[in-house]
Amino acid sequence: MIKELKPALWMLLLMSVLTGVLYPALVTGLAQLLFPHEATGSLLENNGQTVGSNLIGQPFSDPRYFWGRPSATSPMPYNAAASSGSNLGPLNPALQEAVEARITALKESDPSQKLPIPVDLVTTSASGLDPHISPAAALWQLPRVARMRNMSEQEVKQLVQQHTAGRTFGILGEPRVNVLTLNLALDRRKPQ
Amino acid sequence: MTINGYLQLILYVLVLLLLSWPLGLFMAKIYGETLPGSVRWLSPVERGLYRLCGIRQHDDMSWTRYAFAVLSFNLMGLLAVYLLQRVQVWLPFNPQAMANVTPDGSFNTAVSFATNTNWQDYGGETTLSYLTQMLGLTVQNFVSAATGMAVMAALMRGFTRRERDGIGNFWVDMVRSTLYVLLPLSLVLALLLVSQGVIQTFSPYQSAQLVEPVAYEEPVIAPDGQPRKDEKGQPVTEKKTTKEQVIALGPAASQVAIKQLGTNGGGFFNVNSAHPLENPTPLSNLLELLAILLIPSAFCITFGRFVGDVRQGKAILVAMTIVFVALLMFCVSAEQSGNPLFARLGLETQASDQAAGGNMEGKETRFGIVNSALWATATTAASNGSVNAMHDSFTPLGGLVPMWMIQLGEVIFGGVGSGLYGMIVFALVGVFVSGLMIGRTPEYLGKKVEAFEMKMAAVVILTPCLAVLIGTAVAVVSEAGRAGIANPGIHGFSEILYAFSSAGNNNGSAFGGLSVNTPFYNILLGVAMLLARYWVIVPVLAIAGSLAAKKSIPPSAGTLPTHTPLFVVLLIGTVIVVGALTFLPALALGPIVEHVQMINGH
Repeated sequence: MIKELKPALWMLLLMSVLTGVLYPALVTGLAQLLFPHEATGSLLENNGQTVGSNLIGQPFSDPRYFWGRPSATSPMPYNAAASSGSNLGPLNPALQEAVEARITALKESDPSQKLPIPVDLVTTSASGLDPHISPAAALWQLPRVARMRNMSEQEVKQLVQQHTAGRTFGILGEPRVNVLTLNLALDRRKPQ
Repeated sequence: MTINGYLQLILYVLVLLLLSWPLGLFMAKIYGETLPGSVRWLSPVERGLYRLCGIRQHDDMSWTRYAFAVLSFNLMGLLAVYLLQRVQVWLPFNPQAMANVTPDGSFNTAVSFATNTNWQDYGGETTLSYLTQMLGLTVQNFVSAATGMAVMAALMRGFTRRERDGIGNFWVDMVRSTLYVLLPLSLVLALLLVSQGVIQTFSPYQSAQLVEPVAYEEPVIAPDGQPRKDEKGQPVTEKKTTKEQVIALGPAASQVAIKQLGTNGGGFFNVNSAHPLENPTPLSNLLELLAILLIPSAFCITFGRFVGDVRQGKAILVAMTIVFVALLMFCVSAEQSGNPLFARLGLETQASDQAAGGNMEGKETRFGIVNSALWATATTAASNGSVNAMHDSFTPLGGLVPMWMIQLGEVIFGGVGSGLYGMIVFALVGVFVSGLMIGRTPEYLGKKVEAFEMKMAAVVILTPCLAVLIGTAVAVVSEAGRAGIANPGIHGFSEILYAFSSAGNNNGSAFGGLSVNTPFYNILLGVAMLLARYWVIVPVLAIAGSLAAKKSIPPSAGTLPTHTPLFVVLLIGTVIVVGALTFLPALALGPIVEHVQMINGH
């Protein structure tokens, strides 16, 4: 029976080379060749400077910007070097406290907005890095952003639509608005 | 649920079953004598591997020798992953200078990946170097999956062979599973995922300029390396502002592909497939979801074809699909109904074309409710354990589905290979019970099911149950166990129960709030994972050996047909009865009580 130990050791070594070196190296080579932008994080550049990733959200609290999903990463929100969810259970009093505080902040940001707040705008995402909000959550914030930037609601709405993705093939996933690219577009339109 | 919700679920199940058919037939050939023509060009690599390792391809192993080969190979893998973590700081491909992992943490992760559990006590992007991810985890993702597939191949031979000692050669089964099934599928899937935005690079983490600088509180670290605390025991923090976002990168796609296909589930990042760079779009989500159940589902067809009657495999696949769809609908509706708290606070929680609504705490916008609940059900039906939403934040009944799915013993699709061999053990118990009822010697696929098989079946079914319940009990009564709880009240118990269910059935998903990176949990959960894997594999191989040595008897009038709807019901009944009897009391103390509390508005 001991004689199986030798092939076990050799097999592990060879499998490590095959699946742990050659396979990732091959995937990396092909990925960099075929999809260099996607393979390196779908980074966004502005005047030669990296300003984020198309797929990673950023924290916003200025009323001139659309706000994204609350983030539970630490120590700062949207910490893309340490993803994390809140892991709060449905009955945890901390969940109620946090959601109530977010509702208050949103209502203070726009007291004239009487629509009910969409639930995704006051609940943390799974990754803490969610780049998207629902179209309803963008709509809720639209009058505020338009007012703060002296833009017409129609104008902002057009931008929101440009940064909204529908369901893939009309079926898969959920419609969503990319908060970072939308805010970058707002800044490009009306420089501060 | 919306019409679109139904469409997404139907599409998923249909595509899954359609893809399983050709793959299943292909896999039946690679475990046979002659390789299919499409992969024969790779066979020089296969033979080269045997030559270098001194393996004789046609060496037929007895079940004890087969088991010894499995155990020694898995032990080597476990030691390799342990060592890699312990010395990673001195090795290359560590651009973020990740420190060496603690001994108990390394043990837990090594066990976790060798046993195909892929429980994560660590956050990938804050703990592991690129080298450890590739040479440690990716390798085990392949070979632990291939181990499960090999054991299943051996069990199939138990049914087809007559009066033979051998059940095949582990090295051949393992190498063929890797070379002809896992590697090609992973390569294709990895590239498809990169096209969607999953990263694959060796660059260090990337720094980006934030559009709006962010203020935050940073914990102050005392000179001894621990967070400083004030007189009340609260952590001391200082106000800071940053204009930068550091984005973690790495060779993720190659690992994500095999983590899904091999029902491993250990994520490249802390939040697994909820991370936008691990699962960026609805399409990547569908591809990863299909990969979770593809091989387990295809294996049913493989089994049917291998034993010479595809209907046998189809019956098992139908039983799995029925249970899966039923629990899936339950989970989606629980999450869509959401948390009454959100409605009380005046939020908009209705699903529409403008928002997913429901319980969005711990879920990503692009996946919404339907894809998060679908993933939770699929990943726990299979022993995958990757997540795209935080199970800890699910509603009580929404969280009950993944928990119970695991507790059913990971046989509803289950792990690659391991799901089907577990299910076949349940089938043996099913025919045994019904055989007793009609007063005939029970038989399955022409083999008599006798005392030895039943003893082994009992070990297979009861070991994970014991690991789960005893582990939970120990953790609940000990100080170190309760210290890890994140959520107060009943939910804290659910966190512990989920952790041991997951480890004790080699799933790997978690109610992630529980702090498990402590010596207590690392060791206890590590032991549970070892028991659940090898105390199942060895008895299954024993059954294979015992069946192979038996004569094959032709079906008679007294034989219970095992491809009929009646058998499907019998099989589902056996699985559900065992799962319900064993775990209903514990579930009643956890998610069920919590649900009652929730609807009463506590």
